[in-house]
Amino acid sequence: MRHIISAMVKNEGGVLAHVAGLFAARAYNIDSLNVGETEDPATSRMTIAIRGEDAVIEQVIKQLRKLVNVIKVQDFSGRECVERDLMLIKVTTLPGKRGEVNDLVDIFRGKVVDISHKDMVVELSGPEAKVDAFISLCQPYGIREVVRSGRIAMVRGTKAE
Amino acid sequence: MTRTGAQLLIDSLLDVGINTLFGIPGGVVIPIFDVLYDSELNAVLMRHEQAAAHAADGYARASGRLGCCLATSGPGATNLVTGIATANFDSVPILAITGQVRTDLIGNDAFQEADITGITRGITKHNYLVRHAEDIPRVVHEAAHIATTGRFGPVLIDIPVDVSTSKVDGELQSDLQLPGYKPNSVGNPRQVERAAELINQSSRPVLYAGGGVIASGAHQELLALAQAGNIPVTTTLMGLGAIPEDHRLSLKMLGMHGTPVANYAVMSSDLLIAIGARFDDRITGKITEFAEHAKILHVDIDPSSIGKNIKVDLPVVGDARQILLRLTPLIEERNRSEWWQQIENWRRDHKFSYKNDGKLKPQFVVQQIREVTGGEAIICTEVGQNQMWAAQWFTFKRPRQFISSGGLGTMGYGFPAAIGAQFARPEATVFEIAGDGSFQMNIQELATVARNNTPVKIALLNNGYLGMVRQWQELFYQRRYSHTRLNGNPDFVKVADAYGVAGIRVQKSEEVRPALEKALKIDGPVLLDFCIDPEENVFPMVPTDERLDHMIDLA
Ligand SMILES: Cc1ncc(C[n+]2csc(CCOP(=O)(O)OP(=O)(O)O)c2C)c(N)n1
Ligand SMILES: [Mg+2]
Repeated sequence: MRHIISAMVKNEGGVLAHVAGLFAARAYNIDSLNVGETEDPATSRMTIAIRGEDAVIEQVIKQLRKLVNVIKVQDFSGRECVERDLMLIKVTTLPGKRGEVNDLVDIFRGKVVDISHKDMVVELSGPEAKVDAFISLCQPYGIREVVRSGRIAMVRGTKAE
Repeated sequence: MTRTGAQLLIDSLLDVGINTLFGIPGGVVIPIFDVLYDSELNAVLMRHEQAAAHAADGYARASGRLGCCLATSGPGATNLVTGIATANFDSVPILAITGQVRTDLIGNDAFQEADITGITRGITKHNYLVRHAEDIPRVVHEAAHIATTGRFGPVLIDIPVDVSTSKVDGELQSDLQLPGYKPNSVGNPRQVERAAELINQSSRPVLYAGGGVIASGAHQELLALAQAGNIPVTTTLMGLGAIPEDHRLSLKMLGMHGTPVANYAVMSSDLLIAIGARFDDRITGKITEFAEHAKILHVDIDPSSIGKNIKVDLPVVGDARQILLRLTPLIEERNRSEWWQQIENWRRDHKFSYKNDGKLKPQFVVQQIREVTGGEAIICTEVGQNQMWAAQWFTFKRPRQFISSGGLGTMGYGFPAAIGAQFARPEATVFEIAGDGSFQMNIQELATVARNNTPVKIALLNNGYLGMVRQWQELFYQRRYSHTRLNGNPDFVKVADAYGVAGIRVQKSEEVRPALEKALKIDGPVLLDFCIDPEENVFPMVPTDERLDHMIDLA
């Protein structure tokens, strides 16, 4: 099963290496890992999307909690939460096709952020499935480059305790 | 007061209670050694950094205090790695201090640069690269706190040379800033009650005690629980001494080379009470058939140890001593006479034994060491057959009496660990029970014991083989002794002599006792070269991945 693990960590050198090292040493396979500062500049939030059996996920969480620089770890699976991926995608826009791609961008509520003679860069965010769907619809036009942020997530309603 | 980073380091180490460290100097730690030149902190010069780490570890295991080692950057730091990994695997609290190249050179492949925080990330409990001298007091206090709380372990502090030499003024903060570090030691009261219920309901319980009992200082509480419920106790290798082994409730050690009674009891139990132990494969044998009929109750300070190797029916996270203190009053007195009848039968029918064929036997040597020291000696071991014979035949009385690399199984550990143990416990008789292969991995420390007149007695069980590997080859590889014969062993007595250490060769059983007595009379280090039966084996033995009660015993 897929899990979203959210870890609050000290915002200092070496934390990312500790977490990455933990995953590497135990051969855990992560789908994505996202790190960013929180409302408190002394802490960062890591959001880890990972697949695995419950026992494995339980070990992952226990091992994360063991790291001295990790302040809090939560498993969001089974909880009501908002999940988002952010993507930048560079789509080939041959003459005459730009309008079609623009329509797609509108339907997906994306944004064109750069444009040239041959291609354009679209910014899109949303749940993983929506982002995947957009990629597949762009395929016929030709995709030059995709950059995705990896999952970020937040529990709905009152602040996650 | 203006102090350099190096002065701050030594002051902080003294602050956290370190008065002895083991190390070797080098370019980037000269400023630190310069402070040690006239410091009250006693620095012991070793001959290899690996030995320095093991000595810090032996010091910690023998005393329960924080050990400390110090090495230079690059090769000095990487030489510590095996020692740090050894301490980490057995949860031993040590501080490893390393020098680092100048801050502005880090990452530039400077002379003797090694990314030691990167290298040791997976084998330390935590590590630090210090960038500002004013952080040193806080970092040392945090490191000491982390090493000696929760599940103990090594912490490394890497200090660039410019940080050591830079000057700082005034009083500095040493308050801990560890928002993410809160080990749970008290345990959940409801879980403790449930544990008591499980124990009270069980008719065939076994206590299975590991190194956590010793680390937590819970040996008296363990015995109290065992007595309250009339529960037999077996220990792991790391748990040796958690209960006096000659106590009626002790089944001695379990596992691959454990006693039959311990292994049978565990396999027939209806409740296995694991305390500070982690269900290692050397203990469980074939894990899917381990203690099949038993419920598992697991008390451990480290939540990630629980449910890792085996499914646990009742976890209790916390410090062994604190939990046992609250658990024992809830235990109902039961005589469990049927269970004990069964256990006494096993105990009577399956004793450890060896063939008495007139050859010099290692088991006999270990027994004699016990007798001449009144069973009081601290025993450090190497790895291999020597380690198992020491574990099986000494009969330990107290915690911190058996010092051995359990988890990592590091050859070369025992001798430097014995040096560390002797520094921690100057009044104690310390024996290092060695194998000829392992001893040669840190043999250079003969210089250290000679120089300091450290009275460690080395009992070399010299079989001319990498004996434990040879045993496996004999039993499972048709006696194809590939690269296990130690041709080219030196004359160890002459080697000792060359270092200025007394050496005694022992070839016959009747010479053992007088030689040991002579060694104990010498006020200084002694090497006893016991030329034992070269193909003696360690039995009983559970072959890898066999059921724990399938022991072979060809003795
Ligand atoms: C550093 C290291 N290298 C290799 C091994 C594998 N190993 C385990 S026991 C052993 C033989 C040890 O020989 P010796 O020290 O003579 O002890 P004996 O078994 O003969 O008592 C070896 C090579 C190890 N445990 N540690
Ligand atoms: Mg040998």
